[in-house]
Amino acid sequence: MRLFEFYGRHADEVWLLLRQHIGLVAISTAVATLIGLPLGVLVARRPAWRRPVLGFANVFQTIPSLAIFGLLIPVFGIGAWTAITALVVYALLPIVRNTYAGIAGVDPAVREAGRGMGMTDGELLRLVELPLAAGVILAGVRIATVVSVGIATIAAAIGAGGLGVYIFRGVATVDDTLILAGAIPAALLALLADALLGLAERRLVWRPR
Amino acid sequence: MVLDVKDLRYHLPANGRPLVDGISFAVGAGETLVLLGRSGSGKTTTLKLVNRLLTPTGGAVQIAGEPAAGARATALRRRIGYVIQDVGLFPHFSVAANVGLLPRLEQWPADRIERRVRELLALVGLDPDTFAARFPHQLSGGQRQRVGIARALALDPPLLLLDEPFGALDPITRLELQREFRALEGTLGKAMVLVTHDVREGLLLGTRIGLLDAGRLAFLGTPDEFRASTLPEVRKFMEAA
Repeated sequence: MRLFEFYGRHADEVWLLLRQHIGLVAISTAVATLIGLPLGVLVARRPAWRRPVLGFANVFQTIPSLAIFGLLIPVFGIGAWTAITALVVYALLPIVRNTYAGIAGVDPAVREAGRGMGMTDGELLRLVELPLAAGVILAGVRIATVVSVGIATIAAAIGAGGLGVYIFRGVATVDDTLILAGAIPAALLALLADALLGLAERRLVWRPR
Repeated sequence: MVLDVKDLRYHLPANGRPLVDGISFAVGAGETLVLLGRSGSGKTTTLKLVNRLLTPTGGAVQIAGEPAAGARATALRRRIGYVIQDVGLFPHFSVAANVGLLPRLEQWPADRIERRVRELLALVGLDPDTFAARFPHQLSGGQRQRVGIARALALDPPLLLLDEPFGALDPITRLELQREFRALEGTLGKAMVLVTHDVREGLLLGTRIGLLDAGRLAFLGTPDEFRASTLPEVRKFMEAA
């Protein structure tokens, strides 16, 4: 009940933080997809690049998120762009890995038939491999998005805004209402993003039967 | 000759081991050369050297008098139909879209593509009204390979390469398709190279038989000559039939 009162009194600020949060996630996931998709294709095409690229993405994935924010502050300073950079780096691995796995999972006979009948590499990629891999790729984007919603709450610690602002403020002042005011919408946002992308996966992706 | 192969060689890049070790043959329109051989004898490698899925390390391939090495690989392959054992139909395309893919990439007008698809499906014994809109997973193995053959014929290539096209089928379906294919050979008048390890299939479908053994042509002649041959490699195959 006190939560609703809080939202009633601070509606403007809540909307602002929610918009900031969605903005952080949307921009970083979009950028990560724009970088990760071609990287995944590259890795699928050039086996020699596989280990370095996946290894590199894996290293970033392993570093704790707060540590990445910390490492980036000396370079980019404090603020939203530092947070977005960190989120991009985080979202990269699932997208690169799933793009690669999706393309590698295409039936070799299908690829050989396509090449044998005279499709160019680009035609094969555009008409056959990417459509067949789309489900796995979208699943990667979905994972990246959901993870980003979570990590974006931490971005508040470096002044990037978002719903984490309430959480950190609530922790600092030992105010449960304030913590929940940030945590609940952040959780709902993650669930919503997961559901929407899951829906897109089912609607857009080819599946037998 | 539609296909001229001279002293074709392929050595593995890793260790230089020869998979195809200097073979020569020619195939004219209306002819079917059957390349017969055991696993690892170089049959499939030979086919892939013809359509440049592999690059020869020696020798020359000519298609209709033009050197295959000079053309762009994709342009070359569009003039060569290619049928493989696992068919490799695009699972997310309908039968019509599979057969019509190359015409689409060649930017034929839609009504011409549709006419061509219907004509080809009828040719391989599939009723266009029933099958055009189906997807590969809704077809039996035999029907899939019929679509595979129709797809390979889409641009009316002068040369057709078939790599164990009936190898994955049950014996009854296989015999049915072999018989129909034999009838098709006569009507199409194309140059064909068919790879198999099945002697009976080779004798049924080939106008000439080439026996590959360790990357060399141990025998090249008509089915009758093959039956009569006293070469030990040929005898071994005839006994297995």
